[in-house]
Amino acid sequence: MTALVSTARSKGRDRGAAVRVEGVSKRFRLYQERNQTLKAAMMRGGRATYEDFWALRDVSFEIPTGGVFGLIGQNGSGKSTLLKCMAKILTPDEGRITVNGKISALLELGAGFHQELSGRENVYLNGSILGLSRKEIDRKFDEIVDFAGLDQFIDTPVKNYSSGMYVRLGFSVAINVDPDVLLVDEVLAVGDEAFQRKCDEKFADLRDAGKTIIVVSHSLSTVRTMCDEAAWLEHGVVKEIGVPGLLIEKYVENTHVERVAAEGGGSRWGTGQARVEKVELLDEHGDPVLRVRAGAPATLRFHYETQGPIVKPVFGFGIHRIDGTHATGVNSRETIVPDRIEGTGHVDFAMAALPLVQGSYDVTVAIVDDSNLHTFDYRTKALRFDVGSGRPREAEGVFAIDGRWSFES
Amino acid sequence: MTTLAEYRASRELLGNLTQRELRGKYKRSALGWAWSLINPLALAVMFTFVFGVVFQARLAPVGNTELEGITAYPLFLLCGLLPWAFLANGVNGGIGALVANSNLVKKVYFPREILLGANTLALLVSLLIEMSVLGVALLLFGNVWLQFLPLILVVVALQSVFVTGIGLLLSALNVYFRDVQHFVGIGLQLWFYATPVIYPITLLGNIADREFLGISLLSYYKLNPMTAFVEMYHQMLFFLQWPDWELFLYATFCSFAMLAFGLYVFKKLEPRFAEEL
Repeated sequence: MTALVSTARSKGRDRGAAVRVEGVSKRFRLYQERNQTLKAAMMRGGRATYEDFWALRDVSFEIPTGGVFGLIGQNGSGKSTLLKCMAKILTPDEGRITVNGKISALLELGAGFHQELSGRENVYLNGSILGLSRKEIDRKFDEIVDFAGLDQFIDTPVKNYSSGMYVRLGFSVAINVDPDVLLVDEVLAVGDEAFQRKCDEKFADLRDAGKTIIVVSHSLSTVRTMCDEAAWLEHGVVKEIGVPGLLIEKYVENTHVERVAAEGGGSRWGTGQARVEKVELLDEHGDPVLRVRAGAPATLRFHYETQGPIVKPVFGFGIHRIDGTHATGVNSRETIVPDRIEGTGHVDFAMAALPLVQGSYDVTVAIVDDSNLHTFDYRTKALRFDVGSGRPREAEGVFAIDGRWSFES
Repeated sequence: MTTLAEYRASRELLGNLTQRELRGKYKRSALGWAWSLINPLALAVMFTFVFGVVFQARLAPVGNTELEGITAYPLFLLCGLLPWAFLANGVNGGIGALVANSNLVKKVYFPREILLGANTLALLVSLLIEMSVLGVALLLFGNVWLQFLPLILVVVALQSVFVTGIGLLLSALNVYFRDVQHFVGIGLQLWFYATPVIYPITLLGNIADREFLGISLLSYYKLNPMTAFVEMYHQMLFFLQWPDWELFLYATFCSFAMLAFGLYVFKKLEPRFAEEL
C-alpha cells in the first residue's frame, strides 16, 4: 500500500522523501510464560510459550521532506512502534526504513539524565547522547538554557528540579539538536503555557527551515492544527493517508461506532427509593444512540423506577467532559415538578440543537426531592456518549456557541 | 548496523558517559575518590591478617625482589588484587550496563556497545590511580620497577580489552536471563581463588605437577587468562623481571578472542534489546 502525496503545499515539499518506509513488519512476542531465568528456560527445553503479535504489517509509505506529518490511530495500532523503528530503537523484522538526514527523537524527555549531576553537566551528557559534539553544545548552550528558562538553576543537580523543569530541559536539549527529521511522541504537552508557546514557535521555525517533523499524537486537535498530512494506522496497517481534516473525520467516524454503553466506572449513592435505571441518548428519530453530531437535535431520556410513591421528585443531570470539566448541569425544579411518580417511567430532556463541541462526555444524573433534603439516587457516569463534528465543524472548548457570522465592507 | 563512522561520532559520547560514571560514583560521599583506595587497602589488611597472622602461612614470595619481611606480602597481594578488582568490578558493572540504562536503550538510539566501553573506561581510570599509588609505595620500599612501565601499560590495555569483551557478553545475556548476574557472583568467587592473587603461584608446588589425562594440573591452571595477567603484574612489579612471552601471547590472544566473541553475541542479541528490557 503506497500512498504518494501529490498535493503541493508549503515551500520545499518536493525535495523527495525524508523517510521511506518499505514493507516494514514488526513482530512482538507476547510471552505467556517468560523464560527470564535459566531454570525456566531449561525446564521447558529452551522454549518459552509465546504468541506472535504483529505490531506492524507490511507498512509502506513515504514521508515527504518538509512539513509536519502526523500518525494517528488507537492504542495498539502500531504508531509508536513505527516511530521507534524510524528512530532505530527497534529493529523491524522485515522491510526497511530509510531516513534522509540527521534524525532526532523526542520519545522521552530527559532520558539519560543523571540525577546527581548538575543541569549543565546533563546538557552536555544528553546532547552527546543525541549526537551533538561538544563544540556544537558549547555554541548552543546559552540558547538551550535560555529556552528551558533555567538560568538560575543550571548548576543545581537535576534531582532537585521540579518535574516541569526536568522535562523542559530535556525538551530544550532535544529540540536544539537541529535535526533534519524530528520524531515527536506525545510529548508536546510539556511545561506551562508560556513554554508551550515557545515550543510551538520552535516547531514552526523547524518547519519553515524545511525540516520534517513526524508527530504521533492522540490529540486529534493537535494533529489537525499542526500537520500538513497524516497517516492513519489500524492494527498495524496503514488504513489511509491524507490531509488531516478529512482523515480525522473518517477516523473518528470509524472508531467511535465501537463504543459500547459503558457500564460502571461511576459511583452511586442515595436512599434508593427512586432510582435512575438507565440513561439514553436519543437522536432526532428517537432512536437510542451513543454518538450524535454537534448541533444536531438530541434528547436525554432517564428511565426511573421507584419503590412506592415519590412526592414531587426533581430530576437533574450534569454533563462532564471525560477530562472532568463540568460542561453543564440543569434540573427540572424550575420548569416542571410532577406531584408524584410511582413504578417505572421515564423523563425526557429534549434539545433542539446539542450545543456541545466534539468530544466524549459523561452524564451524571440525580433524583432528589423538592426540598433538596433527600437524595433518592445520585449516579455519576451513568452514560458516556460522543459528539462528532457537525455544526460547527471546528470548534474549541466545551460549548458550541450559537450565532451567525456576517461580514460587511 | 553500526558503522565505523558512527563509532567515531560516538567517541565523545563514550567520554561523556565515562565522566558520568566517574562523577556519579562518588558524588555525595565525604571521602570521594579515597574510597577507590580504601577498598583494596582494607582487603590487603584483611588477607594479611587472616593468612599471615591467623594461619601463619609462609606466603612470602621468593624471587628477585627487594621486598622482604612484614611488607612483602601485602605489597605482593596488592600487585594482583588491584588488577583483579578491575576485572571483578568490570564484570559486575558490565552485567548491569544495559539493564541499568534501560531508560536510555528504550528511548534513544546510539551504539549500545558504548555503555560497556564507558564502564570499562571509568574503572580503568580508578585502576590507574590505584596502581600509581601502589607504584609509589613499591618505589619507597626499594622495588624499582620503572623500566617496565611501558609494558605494564600495554598489559593494562590488554586487560581492558578482556574486561570489555566479558562485559559485552554478559550484559547481552543478562537482558534475556536475569540470573546471569547470580551465576556470575558465584563464578567470580571461584575464579578469584583459581587465580594467584592471594598466594604466589609457586605455592602450588607438588600438587601442580600431578597429571590429569597426561597433562599437568599446572597447565590446566594456566588456562585461566587471569592467571596470565596477574602473573605478568607480579613478575614486573614485584619480581622486577620481564614477563614470560608465552604469558603475554596467551593474554593477548584471550583478550581479543573474548572481545570478538562478546561482540558477536552482543550484535546477535542487540536487535531485541529495546523490547526485552
